[in-house]
Amino acid sequence: MTTITYREAVREAIRNAMRSDPRVFLMGEDVGRYGGSFAVSKGLLEEFGEERIRDTPLSESAFVGAGIGAALGGMRPIVEIMTVNFSLLALDQIVNNAATLCHMSGGQFGVPVVIRMATGGGRQLAAQHSHSLEGWYAHVPGLRVVAPATIDDAFGMLPTALEKPDPVLIFEHALLYNVKGELPDGAGPTDLDRAIVRRTGKHLSIVTYGGSLFKALDAAETLARDGIEADVIDLRTLRPLDDATIMASVARTRRVLIVDEGWKSGSLSAEISARIMEQAFYELDAPVARLCSAEVPIPYAAHLERAAIPQTDDIVAHARRLVARNV
Amino acid sequence: MRPFVSRTHALELLRAMVRITRFEEKCIELYSASEIRGFMHLYIGEEAIAVGVMNALTPEDAVVATYREHGHALARGIAMGPVMAEMLGRQEGVSRGRGGSMHLFDAATRFYGGNAIVGGGLPLAVGLALADKMTKRNRVTCCIFGEGAVAEGEFHESLNLAALWKLPVLFVCENNLYAMGTALERSESVTDIHQKAASYGVPSEAIDGMDVIETEDGAKRAAEQVRSGAGPVFLEFRTYRFRAHSMFDAELYRDKAEVERWKQRGPVKTLVERLEASGLGSHDDLAALEAEADAEIDAAVAFARAGTLEPVDELARFVYADAAQDARLATIVHTGGR
Repeated sequence: MTTITYREAVREAIRNAMRSDPRVFLMGEDVGRYGGSFAVSKGLLEEFGEERIRDTPLSESAFVGAGIGAALGGMRPIVEIMTVNFSLLALDQIVNNAATLCHMSGGQFGVPVVIRMATGGGRQLAAQHSHSLEGWYAHVPGLRVVAPATIDDAFGMLPTALEKPDPVLIFEHALLYNVKGELPDGAGPTDLDRAIVRRTGKHLSIVTYGGSLFKALDAAETLARDGIEADVIDLRTLRPLDDATIMASVARTRRVLIVDEGWKSGSLSAEISARIMEQAFYELDAPVARLCSAEVPIPYAAHLERAAIPQTDDIVAHARRLVARNV
Repeated sequence: MRPFVSRTHALELLRAMVRITRFEEKCIELYSASEIRGFMHLYIGEEAIAVGVMNALTPEDAVVATYREHGHALARGIAMGPVMAEMLGRQEGVSRGRGGSMHLFDAATRFYGGNAIVGGGLPLAVGLALADKMTKRNRVTCCIFGEGAVAEGEFHESLNLAALWKLPVLFVCENNLYAMGTALERSESVTDIHQKAASYGVPSEAIDGMDVIETEDGAKRAAEQVRSGAGPVFLEFRTYRFRAHSMFDAELYRDKAEVERWKQRGPVKTLVERLEASGLGSHDDLAALEAEADAEIDAAVAFARAGTLEPVDELARFVYADAAQDARLATIVHTGGR
């Protein structure tokens, strides 16, 4: 058992993959000499050299597309985009190429590219560096979308993603990089298919992922002191969604609060809510509740930003209301 | 200096061009009869580029083309039957009927589409070339696009990256003067396109795209230069599309006299005239090659018509290459929405 940060877990995962498979390389803005804008790739240039730790120009579309092309050409690229906000400059490549080529070619060409990016707010970086747009990507067939929240998954999802013959988008919440945790000895690849119940309870299910997971677990701790026991589900994978785990939890608790740092309108939380209606409507004792970011561009000022993003005390308040409510 | 061409080779070039022209004329017929649907973009007038460029490539090289790619696919050596079957939406088609006219793919000849987002193929070509360079395979990736793509950011990003990393990409710009209905001088501040490549330090050249002897010679020289490891090369072929942009285009943006002027320089016409002038061939050769092409086309149409429709149950196949995932998503499609 070692104590490491989330950042170090991602770095070790990249290092291991690069050591074990010569097809793997890392490419992105400032991943080399700078060490990564979140310092994830620090030290990798020294170990692997410029050929395999490739600094790119500020050309998101070209280097993401080049990652897709290199994957078509037999490589296993890891493309780092600094944040999801900048990924919009590469949206064409991700949505029109990575997601379509396999189907559109009648199954002739898989696209085994891994695209990592930071997501989320909470660092007073204002509206162009703070958004949570992973739900958009989860809309798109042909992509796999995952959001590792724990040290285990930060370390274990990347190697599994690299094994997939399809494009995998990995969303790393920017506030998680400094989080410390235990990585068990012999920790290895983790799956990209299942949600995990991180805490069990019988009174409500809190469904969340990524940066909101620890807020939800903290909230569950507070609620437990009042005798409210929450199931906390870490979605882990946003596409495909693990319906079975969600529905099994709903069947036990009969109340659901979805916590998502994305906006509410047309969102991942809306999708999960709809699936619960379709698959578990008669299990519910109360309407599905959602706690999402306020429908505003995330602002700079600390008090406004805090108010815009779901916080632990908001989760507690929503959970209490949900448990008190009866149909 | 004009390269020397034997009668045999000249007839090979003519045969390759005539196949494309006649194939597309048949496509128009089938489109009118509603057997082909969707968007269909014709290449007639530009045949010399596909033929010249594909002759410069080896089977190990890769091709990334545009949605006006029937000519490239045929010249690359993809069998005509499966190409036609694709146009008819049959599962015997090159893309199992999932792509249609704009999305012909073929792993065997390393033909990576059929890409219908203008400019979107350039980064893919850069990546394919990067894979070759990193694995020390001496292969060329040929990236074809129209002059309309030059206005896209992806064009500039890709040229820069290919030049910066000295990647083996042969950039082939088919400058047919119109991006759909927008004339080049109405969309570009600098209309001399190959100069833009030069601004990234990419060796570039403008070539008469109506003369197949020139296109082949230029493409061969450029491909050899790319193969030598010096980095990308950019060719601008000056050409003209004789037909409308797509089957939905009423051609209100250009006058008929202009089209007629270019037709006088048509690639087939130009080559036949040259054969006659040099005593190497005649119109009889053309007629023979057309008859030969027509027979192949008839067989391709018969193959396509005899093709089958993929069962709707297989709709969700190939969304993912990962078979286990595929099965799971198929379940979602079938239970989630119905």
